[in-house]
Amino acid sequence: MTDSDPAVSVTGLRKHYGKFAALDGVSFDIHRGETFALLGPNGAGKSTTIEILEGYRDRSSGEARVLGVDPSKGSLDWKAQLGIVLQSTGESGAVTVREQLSHFAGFYPNPRDVEQVIAAVGLEAKASTLIRKLSGGQRRRVDVALGIIGTPTLLFLDEPTTGFDPESRRQFWQLITSLKNEGTTILLTTHYLDEAAHLGDRAGIIAGGKLIDIGTIDAIGGADARVPLVRWVDGGVSREQRTSEPSTLVARLVRENGGSELDGLEVVRPSLEDIYLGLVAAYENGASTSSATEVEKETAK
Amino acid sequence: MSTITIPRLPAGRTLKLGGSRIVNEVRTYFRQGDSVFFTFLFPVVMLTIFSTAFSNQTFGSDDTGSEVSAAAYYLPGMLAAGLLLSGLQNLAVDIANERSDGTLKRLAGTPLPVVSYFIGKIGQVLVTGAAQAALLLIIAGLFFGVALPTEPEAWFTFAWVFLLGVTTSAVLGIALSRVPRSGKSATAVVIPIVLVLQFISGVYLPFSQLPDWLQNVAGAFPLKWMAQGMRSVFLPDGFEAAEPGGVWNLAGVAIVTLLWLVVGLVVCRVTFRWIRKDS
Repeated sequence: MTDSDPAVSVTGLRKHYGKFAALDGVSFDIHRGETFALLGPNGAGKSTTIEILEGYRDRSSGEARVLGVDPSKGSLDWKAQLGIVLQSTGESGAVTVREQLSHFAGFYPNPRDVEQVIAAVGLEAKASTLIRKLSGGQRRRVDVALGIIGTPTLLFLDEPTTGFDPESRRQFWQLITSLKNEGTTILLTTHYLDEAAHLGDRAGIIAGGKLIDIGTIDAIGGADARVPLVRWVDGGVSREQRTSEPSTLVARLVRENGGSELDGLEVVRPSLEDIYLGLVAAYENGASTSSATEVEKETAK
Repeated sequence: MSTITIPRLPAGRTLKLGGSRIVNEVRTYFRQGDSVFFTFLFPVVMLTIFSTAFSNQTFGSDDTGSEVSAAAYYLPGMLAAGLLLSGLQNLAVDIANERSDGTLKRLAGTPLPVVSYFIGKIGQVLVTGAAQAALLLIIAGLFFGVALPTEPEAWFTFAWVFLLGVTTSAVLGIALSRVPRSGKSATAVVIPIVLVLQFISGVYLPFSQLPDWLQNVAGAFPLKWMAQGMRSVFLPDGFEAAEPGGVWNLAGVAIVTLLWLVVGLVVCRVTFRWIRKDS
């Protein structure tokens, strides 16, 4: 085994439903030990991609390798290396949290300690409660616990924190960070861009079945999309200007204002969310035929 | 191209996990009120109703001339109905529900062998079916004064008819679970089949009173044979004359039920999928 082999490798992945192309030629690699965030609007193809990689769906064409294996032909040995947190399900839940985790732990050759996992997802007080009696957010934490109980090499998290309160989300982030530190490779989809920014090493953005950008979290969208924005109010009129030298601009504005304070002054560095929204909006504004680089240029204007 | 090595799972885990599935399945079964009522207690309720409602009717008499009570007359049919409900109805509805509520999808993403899952389901049916049969026998014996057989041969026949019947019924339930498109439609698909079979197979209506053509139709399905096998155990020898051809025909019971078992196994093997891919 070499560390340079990617944990996940996807080339030209396509998925058609009749004439509709849910995925239209997606390519990316996820390196071992990396946390990769797959972002995109609803229906963009995130879940289709992740379910192809989990072995739940067959691809129409293209190449896919997950831990070196074609996921449409994954064996039980292969599944033992995976942890899968699906989007929420509606199971009857007639077992307790502890019963469910102990039962699933038995499926894996090298499971984590059940009580430790219950504690890690913050369900100690609910360990003996039937799953059907838990709240939506608590059930989601059981899903996460089941995803990590088998000590996976590769963990799939499909919108894992839907229904979490802010405190649970922070606790979940700590858990994922500790898994990262143990070397777990993680593929994450989420609608919370702060979550992607906090946990992800790299991100890919999918829209309309195409990968419109990919890169490290602090480089995605290109340098132009990260140019800070200075906003202020001049004689009752809101003004804004993009500049890579915001301090110089503010100093000049103060000078021009006779040395007095500027009204409503803000210097904003675009967050991942701003950059993401810019990329998706540019794509949806008729950019369906342009390539990712063209999209970047448009965003920068 | 790739040099990633994936460790092999240890051998022999299929049976061990099957055992663990049985515990999980039985636990879940008794925690769901609808399955307990409609599959577990239903034959007991029906036996109680028939035994009480028809307590003044005569059903014939045994070799010593004493009358056969309604409870004694209906017990074999209810035992056979229990096999069908605990196996076929229970599993067909249960698995269709598990397919639509995401249980199977979750299991499909784990290294649980399909065979272990089947062992769990069939084991659940064996355990709950045996408890159900025991409850029927206890109620018939204690509350309705039915004289149960004392000869070991009768109990031996009971044992193999029960085991073969309950296993066949379970396997057919797994096979049938593939038919409903959703959990919600499962009962609508399964219950009519089970009801019609019970009416034409001598569970609620005396089989000898059905027209020949209907007897022949019923003879193509396993429930008629399970009920016949149970009658041979619990009814007096004098009742044998009322059977088709005037014989219990235990060889026929074994052959037809086994045939359905084999058909069911093949259908399961060919059609069972954890999930409907690309639905």
